[in-house]
Amino acid sequence: MASVGKIARRTFLIGAAAVAGGVAVGYYYYRKPFPNPLEAELGKGEATFNPYVKVGADNTITIVAPRAEMGQGISTTLAAMVAEELDVGLDRVKVEHGPASHAYYNAAILEEGGPFAFFDESMTAQAVRSGLGVVGKYLALQGTGGSASTRDGFDKMRQAGAAARQLLIAAAAQKLGVAAADLETADGSILHKASGKSLTYGAVAVAAAAMAPPAEVRLKNRADWKLLGKPQKRIDMLAKVTGAPIFGIDVRLPNMLYGTVKMSPRFWSKPVKADLSRAEKMPGVIKIVPLETNYGHGFGIIAENTWAAFKAAEAIDAQWSDPEYPLSSAAISDVLKQALSAKGSVMRDNGDVDTAFADAPRERIVEADYAVPYLAHATMEPMNATAQLRDGALDIWCGNQAPTLVRQLCANAVGIEQDKITVRTTFMGGGFGRRVEMDYALCAALMAKETGGRPVKVTWTREEDMRHDAYRPAAIGKFQARLGDDGMPVAVDMKMASPSVIAGTLRRLFPSISPLGPDKTIVDGAYDQPYTIPNYRVSGIAAPVSIPVGSWRSVGSSVNGFFHEGFMDEIAVAGKVDPVEMRKKLMATYPSAVKVVEKVAAMAKWGEALPAGKAKGMAFTLSFGSWVGEIVQVADTPAGIRIEKVWIAADVGTALDPGIIEAQLISAAIYGLSAAMGQEITFADGMVEQSNFHDFDAMRIFQCPVFEVAILENFHKMGGVGEVGTPPAAPALANAIFALTGKRIRTLPLSKTVAFA
Amino acid sequence: MRLTVDGQSFDIDADPDMPLLWALRDLIGKTGPKFGCGIAACGACTVHVDGQPVRSCSLPVGEVSGAVTTIEGIGTAGKLHPVQQAWLEEQVAQCGYCQAGQIMSAVALLDEIADPSDADIDNAMGGNLCRCGTYPKIRSAIKKAAALKTAGL
Repeated sequence: MASVGKIARRTFLIGAAAVAGGVAVGYYYYRKPFPNPLEAELGKGEATFNPYVKVGADNTITIVAPRAEMGQGISTTLAAMVAEELDVGLDRVKVEHGPASHAYYNAAILEEGGPFAFFDESMTAQAVRSGLGVVGKYLALQGTGGSASTRDGFDKMRQAGAAARQLLIAAAAQKLGVAAADLETADGSILHKASGKSLTYGAVAVAAAAMAPPAEVRLKNRADWKLLGKPQKRIDMLAKVTGAPIFGIDVRLPNMLYGTVKMSPRFWSKPVKADLSRAEKMPGVIKIVPLETNYGHGFGIIAENTWAAFKAAEAIDAQWSDPEYPLSSAAISDVLKQALSAKGSVMRDNGDVDTAFADAPRERIVEADYAVPYLAHATMEPMNATAQLRDGALDIWCGNQAPTLVRQLCANAVGIEQDKITVRTTFMGGGFGRRVEMDYALCAALMAKETGGRPVKVTWTREEDMRHDAYRPAAIGKFQARLGDDGMPVAVDMKMASPSVIAGTLRRLFPSISPLGPDKTIVDGAYDQPYTIPNYRVSGIAAPVSIPVGSWRSVGSSVNGFFHEGFMDEIAVAGKVDPVEMRKKLMATYPSAVKVVEKVAAMAKWGEALPAGKAKGMAFTLSFGSWVGEIVQVADTPAGIRIEKVWIAADVGTALDPGIIEAQLISAAIYGLSAAMGQEITFADGMVEQSNFHDFDAMRIFQCPVFEVAILENFHKMGGVGEVGTPPAAPALANAIFALTGKRIRTLPLSKTVAFA
Repeated sequence: MRLTVDGQSFDIDADPDMPLLWALRDLIGKTGPKFGCGIAACGACTVHVDGQPVRSCSLPVGEVSGAVTTIEGIGTAGKLHPVQQAWLEEQVAQCGYCQAGQIMSAVALLDEIADPSDADIDNAMGGNLCRCGTYPKIRSAIKKAAALKTAGL
């Protein structure tokens, strides 16, 4: 029988969340807690208080930061939330990712999934948000994405630290025979000042964990924060400067085999003819096996080392069936154009757009067609996973953004129960949305069935990685504005078409679920921007092209940031209004937005004359709850256009680690600029044409501009950080190039039209 | 064949065409150098052969005659190389995957030019790709490392 303490310990977090949120503790099903997965793995003398805190008898304090670390610093910030309330420094704690568990579900990842802009705080919008948070709990998705991890963790992880600290104090009070109120904590110890006595957390951990959890958890006031709100040293930095084996690709196990995959270069196609004989005879090759997954078909090569597997993969001679989608980029573009002629789902419809345009004089109309290409994620670490199937149990090691899904899909693929699978989530050499996908884990799991119990590390070549992504979809948009007498827009009509990310993701991850309703990601970043224009319509159409598309850093906002903000610049130019002044007027209802625009303009000295051959462009987007303005300065040089400087102002509501936030804003801007400058994935004969960094490159150090960043905290809700710097980067650059050259470039990448230094 | 890596001698049985990177990672167990592209286009695999930076993903192991140094051979957690120390102090890494290669390129740069200019940094580091965009911090860390080295730290 479970002890009362154990049950209480399991129930605490949800109760505390309810208390902190001012909500009566109910007994609704969704409030039922998940078991604490740390209970199962406790060492001798070790105690756990909740899924986030473990304390050993030797005073080793372990914090579980259950979100994927792909460079965004989340493990440091989540650990700081717990450490802040536990009253220990970050150098005093061990931080682990922890096991795959529903206890670590991310509620915030779905909260903004409803058809409401972030600034919409109507009762309906709030009710849907809270409802979607509950759905997040139901699905119990342990996921990292949507720039949601700090927002999801902020309350529950601080509460976890505070509750553990209160219990440790209570146990120490009992042991010392003093009042809890007379005890203080510092650096992992509890002190009784009057007597000079002290106990370590470890000395009372087991007793504390057996006590009934506190009815009320008191959190520190912001003024008392020692860690949060200040830049912290990242917990992963030492490992990353010493080349420590922390990535999936670094996993080494006794008796391990190596492998790679050769999947169909045409998505979803099957091999119609395959000659494996030459490959099978190559030195070091052990076995070649067919692979069939939700992601497509191909072969797994098992060998004595990775190089032998790569060589054998090249030697496979296979023919693949015709694809179910158009063969070339031009043909795909035609499908998008055709889709754009449909009516579409209207996601924003203010005023009466049709009437506003009906009597518009020609000279007051601004019209533009925009287009962006498919994009690969191209993480630095190619896809890989290591798997071992022994005695009906599967162990899998890989960097991934959704461990509970890895477990579920691998269970289905291998044909064993989920509780027979242990997922070990490693650090990730980049994610950007790519490691939400399961293809690499599925391939390794299936190949582990063929090795007689030996572990196999399956590493993709860069070529395989580039040609088998879940791409940022291509998209096109048609834009129309009517200007008023003062040059300001009185009506805008925006329509965009693109393959559906949601439908694509469901096909791979949940093939039994059909997508319902319109895909909001097609219009994200266009329908939900804080501009007030009397007649404002945004509609989206899903185009039927089944090339795999997925979440690419900032998802729909990566497309629509470029479309919307490029078009806003066109409106300003046509109306002879300064782009900064125009935005301030149109966003006057949202002071946070205006302050961001004012700040970035002041930083960049917008409006001051520049020497000949230099120009600036600006863009603003609201995505994942953060309000971001960027200004890019470009210069005309004999070698081409050089991006000299980028200014970023971002209102993130509450800045938990300004150092990491600044690094993320710069990182995301560079990611967006890299794509805008030169990246595209194109198709010929149903196959991706690009293959490696020579034809899908990114910004290099000699192209990198100087950055200046300001972090604001004006809005009353916390925003995300990992993705929000990407959407304004491309339009700010394109607008700067227009200011420099007079060329209005509406199709990415910009390198199709201009050369970069 | 025999290979000297980070001051240690290894006997390996490898196809001479196997790139040095895979000999290091799969045969010797040095996972510090990373696989990124396989065509010398990203620099993640950078190691030194006799002090010169090379892209180990494209160098056949049979052609290696000198001593190989990897990220694991320049410093340890307890005694960091000045470049690693500067990387730590500047908090350079994000995902960290390219950083072993970046650091090895930077070490080679500072061995050749004690006080590199921005143009020197651009030249030496242009072959090392970083998808997280840590370039501004890489630049400042190289300058800090130059100062640390000059001060004999």
